[in-house]
Amino acid sequence: MSTDFAKLFELILAASLINNFVFTRFLGLCIFFGVSKRMETAVGMSITFTAVMMISAALSWLIFNYVMVPLDITFLKIIVFIGVVAGFVQASDTIMRKVAPALFYKLGIYLALISTNCIILAVPLINAGEHYNFIESLAFAFGSGIGFALALVIMASIREKLELAEVPAPFKGLPIAFVITGLIALAFAGFSGLIKL
Amino acid sequence: MCDIERILADVAGLVQLIDISHFLIPHVGVGGAVEAREHVELMPLLKFTLIFLAGIGAIFGIGLAFAAKRFSVKIDPKVEQIKEALANAHCGACGYAGCEQYAEAVVKNPDVPPNLCTPGGIRTAEIVATITGKKAVAREPDFARIMCQGGWNLSAKKFNYEGVQDCRAVILAGGGDKACRYGCLGYGTCSRVCPFDAITMTHDHLPYVDITKCTGCRKCEAACPTKVIEVLPASKLVLVTCHSKDRGADTKKNCQVGCIACGICAKVCPFDAPSVTNNLSIIDINKCKICGLCVVKCPTNAITDFIPQRSKAMVLENCIGCMICMKVCPVNAASGEHKKMHVIDQAKCIGCGICTAKCPVQAIDGTFNAAEVFAAAKKKKAKAA
Repeated sequence: MSTDFAKLFELILAASLINNFVFTRFLGLCIFFGVSKRMETAVGMSITFTAVMMISAALSWLIFNYVMVPLDITFLKIIVFIGVVAGFVQASDTIMRKVAPALFYKLGIYLALISTNCIILAVPLINAGEHYNFIESLAFAFGSGIGFALALVIMASIREKLELAEVPAPFKGLPIAFVITGLIALAFAGFSGLIKL
Repeated sequence: MCDIERILADVAGLVQLIDISHFLIPHVGVGGAVEAREHVELMPLLKFTLIFLAGIGAIFGIGLAFAAKRFSVKIDPKVEQIKEALANAHCGACGYAGCEQYAEAVVKNPDVPPNLCTPGGIRTAEIVATITGKKAVAREPDFARIMCQGGWNLSAKKFNYEGVQDCRAVILAGGGDKACRYGCLGYGTCSRVCPFDAITMTHDHLPYVDITKCTGCRKCEAACPTKVIEVLPASKLVLVTCHSKDRGADTKKNCQVGCIACGICAKVCPFDAPSVTNNLSIIDINKCKICGLCVVKCPTNAITDFIPQRSKAMVLENCIGCMICMKVCPVNAASGEHKKMHVIDQAKCIGCGICTAKCPVQAIDGTFNAAEVFAAAKKKKAKAA
């Protein structure tokens, strides 16, 4: 496991800014548009997402490298990764209700939403494809969480201001949000080429 | 045939051109596993696949079942019943984050009163009390009061505003277009936010609260950017409807009905309720007996009387001629001689109710507090008997 911190930092930067999962890869848009209407839901969702992402990436990495690769059944990775995430989300839902009810009231509603997020499948797949070791997978997952959080917070702050603006009737709601996402994606394209991944 | 091949070749070339830079598409090759082999042994592969999938499915299933059992939370059916009885406006007037939280708190915690749901009113309080076995005391309703009477015709503006017609937007433009920075801006945010449609905007751009619809949920209080809406108990019916902390001279320039901190209200009040601090008069709602005297005496009409019609006092036949009412009357409306029946001048009487309260034999009737005074006296007599 000879990784220096430079490589880890590169991974985090790449996942959060350069290949931002929402603005460059256009994944996880369903949740992105649904939750970015208000700042507090956006913040709650990003915290929950980062936590679930890191643990799922860790679990998926373990199952992939220690069970699937020796047995040569790596072609099952899509099914297995989704199964792992769904199982973990359900288990954490049940456990959080009992162990930390206060936390559950604040963040529990986002847990169920996370399993429908494309990013939750994309990150373990990329980890498997790029042969990252454990720490690198965790760093990549963390970076993706930060990138998603950044996307959500930017979008939420714009959409809150948008409520007071005069938007033409055909554009009200989702259409204008899509247009704005496109514009932000254009801005994020400026990051490309910063690091050669 | 040649043409088609050429066309296909061209299309393939184009596709390669369009194939955007590699770093955008993750390479998910796994090299060395099943995909890269030339010859695959099917039986062992199937065996491992089935064993692995079945195994992981079993592990997760058992794990989840175990977790569900071990970490199960018993949901009290009472909580569900109470949730249905609540108004479910999710307004937060009860002080809890949501209707579910209040339902849980009132079931689990014996100290939480059952009448906190203000939009639900008495009916909800009774139902919740029946379900939880607590006593429901009718809670005095709260109403939203607008602490500003400065409509656009009565107050000055600093500049012409042409923008989004919402108070929250206007306040961003240099603190609002009104000359008085403590006043109501009048663009109607509160009327839009009210979930019960209790607030309407008058033609003078001042909000009017319909108390038959207002439930005291405090949504308008939270939405108002100048914080000019106060939610107060319904019985507080005489209030200084002004928040201006500017000096009297400035207030007078900005608004015709603003409080200029002259102190007349404090001087005339028989109960010492108003006090002037920071160039603003505030009525201590615990001392105020809503007599309405300050309303009459205020030179700028900054104090509002929320009692719609004050009926005047009149003396009944059991008057003993003690002359107490003449001493307490602030406008000298009562007159009469010792041991003779007194008379109240209906033209002078302002319906403040002080004489009704002070009369030792309850010989005065007609004011807003008459019923209360008579009931209290009856209770006292019954207790003494």
